[in-house]
Amino acid sequence: MTHTDGNLLAGPLRAILGVDLTTAQGTCDGCGARGPIASALVYGPEPGLVARCPSCENVLLRIVQTADRAWLDLRGLTSIEVALA
Amino acid sequence: MAIVARGFTGRGRSDPALPPGQYLTQDFPVLSAGPTPRIDTSRWQFTLATETGERQSWTWEQFLALPSEDVTVDLHCVTKWSKLGSHWTGVPLEEFLGELDTSAEYASVSSYGGYTTNLPVEDLLGGQAWIAHRYDGEDLTPEHGGPARLLVPHLYLWKSAKWIRGIQLLIEDEPGFWETAGYHNYGDPWREQRYWGD
Amino acid sequence: MARAAVLGRLTWRAVTVTGVRDETATARTLVLDAGDWPGHLPGQHLDLRLTSADGYSTQRSYSIASAGPGPVEITVAAVDGGEVSPYLARDVRPGDQFEVRGPVGGYFVWRREDPAPVLLAAGGSGIVPLMAMIRDRSASDSRVPFRLVYSIRSPAEAIYARELARRVRDDHGLDVTYLYSRSAPEGWRRAPSRIRPGDLVANGWPPELDPLCFVCGPTGFVEATATLLAGAGHPAGRIKTERFGG
Repeated sequence: MTHTDGNLLAGPLRAILGVDLTTAQGTCDGCGARGPIASALVYGPEPGLVARCPSCENVLLRIVQTADRAWLDLRGLTSIEVALA
Repeated sequence: MAIVARGFTGRGRSDPALPPGQYLTQDFPVLSAGPTPRIDTSRWQFTLATETGERQSWTWEQFLALPSEDVTVDLHCVTKWSKLGSHWTGVPLEEFLGELDTSAEYASVSSYGGYTTNLPVEDLLGGQAWIAHRYDGEDLTPEHGGPARLLVPHLYLWKSAKWIRGIQLLIEDEPGFWETAGYHNYGDPWREQRYWGD
Repeated sequence: MARAAVLGRLTWRAVTVTGVRDETATARTLVLDAGDWPGHLPGQHLDLRLTSADGYSTQRSYSIASAGPGPVEITVAAVDGGEVSPYLARDVRPGDQFEVRGPVGGYFVWRREDPAPVLLAAGGSGIVPLMAMIRDRSASDSRVPFRLVYSIRSPAEAIYARELARRVRDDHGLDVTYLYSRSAPEGWRRAPSRIRPGDLVANGWPPELDPLCFVCGPTGFVEATATLLAGAGHPAGRIKTERFGG
């Protein structure tokens, strides 16, 4: 099985946070690379969505979803820059 | 209330002989959380570390020199497929842990590629767990965790860490990759312990 | 139109299939009545959830093929052994219902206001979101030049072939080039092969024109094409990619 990309995270992230984070700029906690969440490498969707840095493969974020709950782990991102306008 | 999609059968029919909520599959699905590590056996090493910091390592040749068992077990994946009667060859964990002087109750299993999972030490003993290196009569392929993976079939399959690299024994439990992100800390398929709170 | 759809918590809604259209031997378009659908931008996708009678449920993402307004369409290629795509591409019929949420994704989208020339590079069913862009360009009478490079294994796998031929004739400023990777039509000048640097030089835009490049398809195709574009001098920020695995 191969990876897809961060575009796949749009629905799950918006279901949790209410905003489209795929256009946001994320900074990798592992190597400092910066880029849109949409360009992350994504493995899954089962057992969970795992987004990795395209530069160093560090885990940026993880999402586990059930019919009525979701868990979001953002520990691999030092920051997320979101456009407000 | 979810809308039922007419004629959609998903993973097929459930079976009362299987753990609750599981469906029988004949193939062997591959799920991954990252790129598949390709570990040459010439640089493979398995390291066991105790809670006091003692470490012991095995090279591939030393590992293969340990007595292996052929076992036939059922596999239950938390994503709801079950595979019955799969054939494995592996070294029982007693071979590594049996003589060890430890009072640790917990184990953290780590893999090439960075994956981790946790389980009680007692679940590794008593003929319930192996480090497997052959599947269905063939060397274990990287897709299924080769050169060697943990096999603990009485727990959901995410506990059977692929590409095993080491086991750290711990006094205090340390939840692993999926256990920190919503999946159950123990993962007994017969009690349907899929997620936190199950 | 779709600006309001970008924000807000996302929930599942029931949709009804109102029509099906076979595109190739394995790909089918489903026309959906999505009720008060908020509209979408071309390139956005939706999440789709199927639930079986015994309560098993699973979800997937599909690109939206249609340009709004009007019914929402998705085109699904059946993947052998797949859990969801064979059901959608073979078993679903008008009147059936399932759930979707969306539209979602603000990254892989084309905006009518953007005057930059556009390169679309599709591998297989990666054509779907790019077709939504071509349709939206036409619906908005845009004069922005579009070039589509469409890689498929053989002519029989071309999705939307007749519509594309019609649009090349009628929608001024749209070029379409097919790249066959396994078998080409009789007399085709280009020998079958995967995408090569020359394909994008001959049929794309030079970086000096600052084009926006959209690349969609299986992971291998997307990475090969994005690498070729970057090697030709297109800056990373002008190459937008969407992979669907495989």
